[in-house]
Amino acid sequence: MQALTNRAKQVERAPMTFIEQLYLWNIVKGMAITFMHMFKKQPTIRYPEQKREFSPVFRGLHVLNRDEEGKERCTACGLCAVACPAEAITMEAAERLEGEENLYREEKYAAKYEINMLRCIFCGLCEEACPKDAIYLSETFTPADFNRKNFIYKKTDLLIPNPTTDAQGFAAAKGLN
Amino acid sequence: MSEQQLFKVTIDNITIEVPAGTSILEAARKIGGEVAPPAMCFYSKLKGSGGKCRTCLVEVSKGSEKDPRPMPKLVASCRTTVMDGMEVKNITSPKVIDARAGVVEFLLLNHPLDCPICDQAGECHLQDLSYEHGKEGTRYEFQRRKFKKYDLGPYIQLHMTRCIMCFRCVYTADQLTENRVHGVLDRGDHAEIATFIEKSLDNDFIGNVIDVCPVGALTDKTFRFKNRVWFLKPMDAHRDCPKCSGKVTLWNRGEEVFRVTARKDEWGEVEDWICNECRFEKKHSSDWVIEGPREISRHSVISQGHYVHTVTPTETFKAVNDGRAPHLLLDIHTESDVNKPEIELSLINGPAHSNNFNSK
Repeated sequence: MQALTNRAKQVERAPMTFIEQLYLWNIVKGMAITFMHMFKKQPTIRYPEQKREFSPVFRGLHVLNRDEEGKERCTACGLCAVACPAEAITMEAAERLEGEENLYREEKYAAKYEINMLRCIFCGLCEEACPKDAIYLSETFTPADFNRKNFIYKKTDLLIPNPTTDAQGFAAAKGLN
Repeated sequence: MSEQQLFKVTIDNITIEVPAGTSILEAARKIGGEVAPPAMCFYSKLKGSGGKCRTCLVEVSKGSEKDPRPMPKLVASCRTTVMDGMEVKNITSPKVIDARAGVVEFLLLNHPLDCPICDQAGECHLQDLSYEHGKEGTRYEFQRRKFKKYDLGPYIQLHMTRCIMCFRCVYTADQLTENRVHGVLDRGDHAEIATFIEKSLDNDFIGNVIDVCPVGALTDKTFRFKNRVWFLKPMDAHRDCPKCSGKVTLWNRGEEVFRVTARKDEWGEVEDWICNECRFEKKHSSDWVIEGPREISRHSVISQGHYVHTVTPTETFKAVNDGRAPHLLLDIHTESDVNKPEIELSLINGPAHSNNFNSK
């Protein structure tokens, strides 16, 4: 058979000598490597006393954003749902009524917005697809739970606190304190 | 030679024979594919349409066999008829591509770009046009035109901000209905589609202006904000209608009919006009005989998640498990608030509001 590349090497299959068969040198070599590790920096972190820092590009739990006046930014355009490779996002839209202008930024808003965290793979494509800067992946984990039904995150779980009525909560959610 | 004189015309180095009197655009559409110039205002089913939007500009590099001089300027292909031996450059001409980018910029001058809200998003010709032929930015620095949204009758919503003044809806009303009550008021930059003192449009075939509108200026109020088009399943269906052909596309979610539109061909043009009753009032799947899923171009966002020619494997769990069904750890419908059976969005007349969701 003709070789596809010229990088193939012939394997040497000479029988081992008696000295080699004792494996003495190989054992010493292995022990030396083990010994050397005693002087290396330990990678173990003593969680929960110590916590590892998140990478700046860490993608965690989703947050639905509000603007400076506390209006919801999401207009239920469906681009996050269509971008989602795991099909975790579902929504239902509604029209803003008169008198709801302080709640929603545009005339259309998401009446229902759900993310199934069991399906979500935290790829961040929803964040990238969003034309209104409404959805962000924050720097927290999705908390563990014993029940599957608690992983269906609704709008109440996802919305950031309103900066006008709950300034403290908003600052905490933004990680500003 | 047949009775009708055939002209040989070369478009983007592809030669085709067409009858005399054919426009360049229609000749290019016969070749199909990318050779066909985009058209925002021309509509082959409407007499007199075309010549307004300038997106179909092409370069004529050779006028005809007898007069081989090139035409001095780019011409609107929907309004220019072919000559024997004519040579046309569409996508092979850098001049055309440049001009088209300029036209798109002009069309978008006053367009609000509210695609996230607009119901037309996903099937909007202006969206496709600006993706394919437009530039990323605009040089316009002034206020865009602002209008309030109007109700044209109980079913049609007019968003004048999104209108590109293609006049298609005016021609539709002129040619499909006996008396048109809407038209273009004012002139130049102030021109707008309107009815005189917000008269409602209530002719039997007036709903077709929704299908004809290339942008989201005229939209179906019964479908307003209900769902995005790419989450719906387009199905071909028909019914016995005394007024129209009854051949429509249903836009379903599950069994729920969210929207009824006419069937559109590959150029986005309506195949058969449909009446208002079919379009607005038959929102149950029991009203229709369903023929099967509609073929959607693979390049359209509407085809997202619509898999064709796939075979669903049979569930083997029961067979190997003594007839026991698999134990579900979570039925999503018990927990999810979306798509609740008691809130039938498709039967709400007009867009849903907060009270529709809160009352239940």
